Amino acid sequence: MANVIRRQTPLARLGRMALYATLILAALFYLLPLVVMLLTSIKPLEEIRAGSLLALPLAPTLEPWAKAWGEACTGMRCEGIGGYFWNSFAIVIPAVLISTLIGALNGYALTQWRFKGSELLFALMLFGCFIPFQVVLLPMAQTLGWLGLASSRAGLILVHVVFGIAFTTLFFRNFYVAVPRELVAAAKLDGAGFFRIFWRILLPVSAPILVVSVIWQFTQIWNDFLFGVAFSGHDTQPVTVALNNLVNTSTGVKEYNVDMAAAMIAALPTLVVYVLAGKYFVRGLTAGSVKG
Amino acid sequence: MSALEINEVRKTFGNTEVLKEVSLAIESGEFLILVGPSGCGKSTLMNAIAGLEPVTSGEIRIAGRDVTWCTPAERDIAMVFQSYALYPSMTVRQNIAFGLEMRKMPRGEREAAVERVADLLQISHLLERKPSQLSGGQRQRVAMGRALAREPQVYLFDEPLSNLDAKLRVDMRTEIKKLHQRLGTTIVYVTHDQIEAMTLADRIAVMRDGEILQLGTPEAIYNDPVNRFVAEFMGSPSMNLIEATLEGDAGQGYRLRIATPGEDDLCLPWPRPTEALASRVGQRVLLGLRPEHFAEHDARLDEAAQGAPFSARVSVAEPTGADILLRLPLGTGEVTARVGPRCPAVPGERLALRIDLERAVLFDGESEQRLA
Ligand SMILES: Nc1ncnc2c1ncn2[C@@H]1O[C@H](COP(=O)(O)OP(=O)(O)OP(=O)(O)O)[C@@H](O)[C@H]1O
Ligand SMILES: [Mg+2]
Repeated sequence: MANVIRRQTPLARLGRMALYATLILAALFYLLPLVVMLLTSIKPLEEIRAGSLLALPLAPTLEPWAKAWGEACTGMRCEGIGGYFWNSFAIVIPAVLISTLIGALNGYALTQWRFKGSELLFALMLFGCFIPFQVVLLPMAQTLGWLGLASSRAGLILVHVVFGIAFTTLFFRNFYVAVPRELVAAAKLDGAGFFRIFWRILLPVSAPILVVSVIWQFTQIWNDFLFGVAFSGHDTQPVTVALNNLVNTSTGVKEYNVDMAAAMIAALPTLVVYVLAGKYFVRGLTAGSVKG
Repeated sequence: MSALEINEVRKTFGNTEVLKEVSLAIESGEFLILVGPSGCGKSTLMNAIAGLEPVTSGEIRIAGRDVTWCTPAERDIAMVFQSYALYPSMTVRQNIAFGLEMRKMPRGEREAAVERVADLLQISHLLERKPSQLSGGQRQRVAMGRALAREPQVYLFDEPLSNLDAKLRVDMRTEIKKLHQRLGTTIVYVTHDQIEAMTLADRIAVMRDGEILQLGTPEAIYNDPVNRFVAEFMGSPSMNLIEATLEGDAGQGYRLRIATPGEDDLCLPWPRPTEALASRVGQRVLLGLRPEHFAEHDARLDEAAQGAPFSARVSVAEPTGADILLRLPLGTGEVTARVGPRCPAVPGERLALRIDLERAVLFDGESEQRLA
């Protein structure tokens, strides 16, 4: 629709300018918190106390960032959030990969190897998307205890995988349902089995939905606080929990610049993922069927 | 030993019976065509043969081996789908080689097989392309190549040409015929196109509602249909079916009386009496006449050799180039007659014609089964 031909009357041009002005203003408004955070995180404390929130820093410094990363106190310890940052990665990466893989296999089986009750099973799995996190906190804690995974990284990964499967299955099922069944039939006749067909035929055409699933899961799990706070031990806390502890630590002066820098650090990975791959996210969500 | 044998195969989806005790046997090297109206179970039968859908009961044998409960891979079958079903992420070469790779053929042999098939189908220059970079006709060739590379016991084609334009379809039809003659493969082929059916088949199976009504050579299906449905389904324009009353008896011979509104009754002698006719005297029967069973009256020829005389007012004349199709009132409706391109037919005027009853067929008015 980009190249619809229309005569440009002065009135139409004026309308267009008004439209863009509104959009830019709205965008600025939404960007404001980020800007304030960024500005605050590179100001020395005195400047924050003296100046306005939106004033540009007179003597920009990266010290708050360094402090947030390596020295700030999160509760009892004063080692910064750097270690927890890596903790988050150690939880998020396996959880994203495993939940995406299982979701893909589920979607593949539910669409291309239908069985009696497969539609019902899918409908039940969808419930998983709507279950509030709080409801499962206690049973989950008990289950992790039984499994011997309480307060461990593996336990937290398990929780995220279990919760993610509902969403990833939904994504992949809706993508694979549009793949012609004859494609899989042809591969069966060619002699390929369940996993081989998935690996060689389906997965290579799944890039759009893989991107969607990975971005979605990454943001969800990275930003999770509740499960992190409930199920992680001291050494396995994700960065969101550490950030909370850092901000709430009440010894000494309140260092807003360090708080802001820590918040920026905690938010950075999801920002980066979104900026780099956001375009594919939208494209993947609207991707059509695979042409044979 | 038959290449493919289907014994009393039934298939139900829930409460609907899609295949009702279908039985047939195909010799090695035979080209069998399945035709029938949409939804009659052709694809279901193909899927059952391929092992993509389990049958409800019955038995399927391939080269003598009972494969009823074998997986598709174990059946040694290749299938060409209407949508071609090429693997989108693979090149043409990989598409053709995939089945060979799955069957653990060594790389060298695989390459040779791909080259052989590509040569045969003239797609060598396309081997490195992806399916999305091919035209419809090229995709169709690749789909055939994928099947041909494997040299299985039986090939299944489910409407392989129906997505091509008319010209390409005719070309590919000829090529498939040539390939079959050259390679002597056993083929089961589904089509909606009667010309495809008539030209390609060694035998045709006409299906309706999950049953095979008639299985026979194209000539038998065309000239000797077992019932009204088969008669009308094959042939274009389709067979004329004219209501008539059967008169006479076995001794004097039978006659067909056809009442046409606004005309004198037409009384035609029936040349081939059968036993079934005796009990139908005085009853309503259906006379089946193909358009080419009519001919222009020719004054130079012997009267007796020309068939039964008949004249009617021409309502429409449609020249097709090779011949003229005439619409004429006969019985309660109109019939189509095919006459030579020089026939002086003028719409609105009477024309003298002949009917070749030797080739005509007769169906029961009620059961619509063949009588004579
Ligand atoms: N999975 C299914 N569940 C229920 N009914 C089905 C299923 N597959 C096919 N049918 C029914 O079985 C009948 C035969 O279908 P089939 O696809 O074999 O027809 P066909 O002869 O190949 O038709 P066409 O010429 O349109 O391809 C149809 O009435 C169809 O609705
Ligand atoms: Mg079909």
